[in-house]
Amino acid sequence: MNKILRYNQLFQLIVANLKEVVREPGVLFWGIVFPILMSLGLGIAFTRKADSVMKVVIIENNKLPDSSSKLKTFINSSTKKTDNNLFSRKVVVAEQKLGNTIFLFRVTNWQDAMVLLKKGITNIVIEEKNNNIEYHFDPMNPDAQLNYIKLSKILNNKKIIENKNNDNIKGLTVSGTRYIDFLIPGLIAMGIMMSCSWGISYSIIERRTKKLLRRMVATPMKKSHFLISLITVRTAMNLVESLVLFLFSYLVFNVTIQGSIPALFLVFFTGNIAFAGISVFISSRTSNTEIGNGLINAVVMPMMVLSGIFFSYHNFPDWSISFIQNLPLTMMADDIRNIFSQTTNYSEIIYHSFILTVTGITFFAAGLKLFKWY
Amino acid sequence: MINEESVVEVKNVFKSFKTVKAVNGANLQIKNGKFIAILGPNGAGKTTLVEIIEGIQKPDKGEVFILGKKWKGNENELHRFIGLSLQDTYFIDKLRVWETLMLFASFYDIGKKRIDEIIELMGLEEKRKSYVVNLSGGQRQKLSLGIALLNNPKILILDEPTTGLDPNARREIWSILLKLKEKSQTSLILTTHYMDEAEKLCDYIIIMNNGNVIKEGATTQLLNEDHGDKLMEFTFENFIDDIDSSDLPLSLNWDVANQKGFVKLNKVENDLTVFMNFIKEKGFKLKTLECRRKTLDDIFITLTGKHLNE
Repeated sequence: MNKILRYNQLFQLIVANLKEVVREPGVLFWGIVFPILMSLGLGIAFTRKADSVMKVVIIENNKLPDSSSKLKTFINSSTKKTDNNLFSRKVVVAEQKLGNTIFLFRVTNWQDAMVLLKKGITNIVIEEKNNNIEYHFDPMNPDAQLNYIKLSKILNNKKIIENKNNDNIKGLTVSGTRYIDFLIPGLIAMGIMMSCSWGISYSIIERRTKKLLRRMVATPMKKSHFLISLITVRTAMNLVESLVLFLFSYLVFNVTIQGSIPALFLVFFTGNIAFAGISVFISSRTSNTEIGNGLINAVVMPMMVLSGIFFSYHNFPDWSISFIQNLPLTMMADDIRNIFSQTTNYSEIIYHSFILTVTGITFFAAGLKLFKWY
Repeated sequence: MINEESVVEVKNVFKSFKTVKAVNGANLQIKNGKFIAILGPNGAGKTTLVEIIEGIQKPDKGEVFILGKKWKGNENELHRFIGLSLQDTYFIDKLRVWETLMLFASFYDIGKKRIDEIIELMGLEEKRKSYVVNLSGGQRQKLSLGIALLNNPKILILDEPTTGLDPNARREIWSILLKLKEKSQTSLILTTHYMDEAEKLCDYIIIMNNGNVIKEGATTQLLNEDHGDKLMEFTFENFIDDIDSSDLPLSLNWDVANQKGFVKLNKVENDLTVFMNFIKEKGFKLKTLECRRKTLDDIFITLTGKHLNE
């Protein structure tokens, strides 16, 4: 090793911080193994359609004779017995493209139906009145809506088609259009945010609590070198973690990068600058790890929920979309996604990268101004 | 002459935290190569005073000069001359002993030779490759002291370096410091609430209580002033309210609360006989009797009515 480099304080700080990270097995697990497990779990959950089970309560109507009751006829002729005590009848509608739908039925009174509704065991109750079937459900509940649509379809059909081929459904399996293609760039962006927030902020707060910061600044150490070393190590770790996650998703799910690699690196580095700056700011004052936990969560949790990591943020109300799109995590996740799927808008990426850099530098400068070394 | 130079000067320093007066008008002058102890119970203001000297805290009033210079504007230069060990410092857990020393050495542009010297001086050869997290309290304190000595400091500041250590570990730290005293021109400021530590290591002692300096002087001078440097401590079999010692030609104090008596001795052989005759005449039954040197704790009790470690 070059002798000058060996005794250089910035180099030694980087080496010390790096050794601290890589020697902690937990850090490697949460940084590398956990995102892989999460992508594997979510990837499998959303790429292989499981059976959907719909629990339906039918209100018994003893006034109607069996022969003139549509529901009684349906239960007796179209459903089969189950082992389930609560929902004793079932209908299975097998659909190759959409997966099986299993309807479970319970015939009971209104009192029992209300208990099941309140407990959330069912979300739809049907009743036969005046030769018509009435559907009782919360119209604001999307699951109940779906149940109603599917249920009304089978109750209106005289014969249940048990194995539909759904030729009119053409499944999207082209790389870049699947849920996993949406998920992986989001996980990479979220990994960078989480890794910076916990890796930099928590590390600073813990060292302040343990008086190590105080001890270090009582030497001729340059304060900027201390922070630069933490940010450098974190960026390097983020690069490794992102590459491992990408490699895994490429091998298992065939996720590919169809856009520009240099543009991806630009987004990666500017995202790191933004979150490193924010992390220094978060940890600039407190010497209490519990307050630190709260501060970090207050910053990362809203972005995790809003920035469309797991599901599109376009489901949020229209008025909130422009705010969400300006969050650092959203900018980074959107840009990485666009590069992965080759819908890259370069002017938007350069604009976002500029904003991310300015955000990082501004928070870093403000954090340094407020920074409590003792 | 270099030996007579003041390396640290503290002039009329005040420091308060909300309603607590941590340091209340401290004055201090430390000559080159001298070891001084700041002695006092917990909360006396010792740590605040040394943190002001270290430049970590700013005084509300008063001035501090390190090697003739103020901290403001001279931080980088002064840090090179000071070595310090804080109360309860933790280092990076998963860094080895030599790596930790290497890290701190890089701040002073110091090479590997000095790291080896420090490891040997601290007796940490066997722990050279151990992670810091696996060190015992004594070994960690030695590492902290080793880091403080890396840059051959002109001024060494140790804040309670042996608190919480077992007697063996304390003696090892003392031995390192005594070697340093013998071989170098380093000045030491040591805070402690162990009187034996201050007596053993330091030439000059400052006793603090509630932010005030209540007594100071050369160690031998403090221990020998008033009625000599020895005293007798005794207890009785029965509960005693008061002792009429008007016909005893010695100075006797009776602590009713602790049921303990003290007699200041000038000449043990004569005074002991006089005291034993007095006890016989009064008909008291002795339970324990101990003749010992006067300690700094006795001085502290005389000044404040409580023990140093209370």
